[in-house]
Amino acid sequence: MAAESHGPLAQFEIKTLIPLKMGEVDVSFTNSALFMSLTLVLVTLFLVLGMRQRALVPGRWQSMAEISYEFVANLLRDTVGSEGRKYFPLVFTLFMFILFGNMLGMIPYSFTFTSHIIVTFAMALAVFIGVTVLGFIKHGFHFFSFFVPPGVSVVLWPLMIPIEIISYLSRPISLSVRLFANLTAGHTMLKVFAGFVVSMGVIGGVLPFAFVVALTGLELLIAFLQAYVFTILTCFYINDALHLH
Amino acid sequence: MPQLDPSTFAPQLFWLLVTFVLLYLAMWKIALPKIGSILQDRQERIDDDLEKAEKLKKDAEDVREAYEKTVAEGRNKAQETIRAASEKMAAEAAAQHAALTEKLNAQTSEAEARINAAKEQAMANIRTVATDVTQAAAGKLIGRDISEADAEKAVASILDEERH
Repeated sequence: MAAESHGPLAQFEIKTLIPLKMGEVDVSFTNSALFMSLTLVLVTLFLVLGMRQRALVPGRWQSMAEISYEFVANLLRDTVGSEGRKYFPLVFTLFMFILFGNMLGMIPYSFTFTSHIIVTFAMALAVFIGVTVLGFIKHGFHFFSFFVPPGVSVVLWPLMIPIEIISYLSRPISLSVRLFANLTAGHTMLKVFAGFVVSMGVIGGVLPFAFVVALTGLELLIAFLQAYVFTILTCFYINDALHLH
Repeated sequence: MPQLDPSTFAPQLFWLLVTFVLLYLAMWKIALPKIGSILQDRQERIDDDLEKAEKLKKDAEDVREAYEKTVAEGRNKAQETIRAASEKMAAEAAAQHAALTEKLNAQTSEAEARINAAKEQAMANIRTVATDVTQAAAGKLIGRDISEADAEKAVASILDEERH
């Protein structure tokens, strides 16, 4: 798709800010890297500065930091149980990284790194590989019993086992495409309707403008929801690896 | 679609790795222990306060029990004292009553003895007087003196008859 500089897809273009090379590999600092770094800095500041007073009765900021902690901690405890405690820093990082990436993307003229399939796929694949390795470490070759659905007669095994394996292997794809597609579609739609505001003029543009406002609210919800979905699915996968069925 | 341009993959993956690992380290080593410790402190403080409140409540309960026990003891003691006093008073009253009764009885029997003595005396006097009167009267009536012994005999027979 040829993207014009003002087309709906122009916002997803990767622009090199500082060209860098590591051997033969291109590791240029791009707008994507800029927003990843911003996410890193903002999440860290949000939590560290929010907690700097260590108040017994928290203020608003500290409250938000604590709420995000407890939100993810409860999520992990409800899905995995107390054994999930070890994976809390990773799950929490995943949630905050995606959440802040999505939310930063809602700022006009910013860049949404979670709208890039390579980023979401890399995260999903890392989760998938990590969880699979965890399953093998925990259960050895018994982990393969995960692909045998309980309570299904042996006659159906030749049918069920390939289905289970395919569904297991498609996890990183569904996990990454869900996040990428939601963010890309939402941002594209916002851009398209924002374009209508300009092209329909002051009077005709009122309707698409109202739509853009409503859509922005919806996108904020989706930005949170997709971070939540990515996190809770990761928790489910960890639970599956730890407890099989 | 810019997302499908493979030339952008390498820098994105590189910076994803760098930022994500740094964020993970910051969360794991700095932010999460900080939040976790304050949440734990708060929970401990709340548990501590609850425990303290529980203890104070128990103390208050103990004090109340001790107070009630003291009051009950005081009441028992007071009743004991009242009972002892009233028993003592009753005993004293009974003793005084008995002494008085005895005294009265003694006086009564003494008086009775006196009355009896007086009566005896009077009887004896009557006998003497009657004998004299009889002697004199019989002397006047029959014109001669009768012996004192006869008069006395006559009087005695009459008086003895009457007395029966």
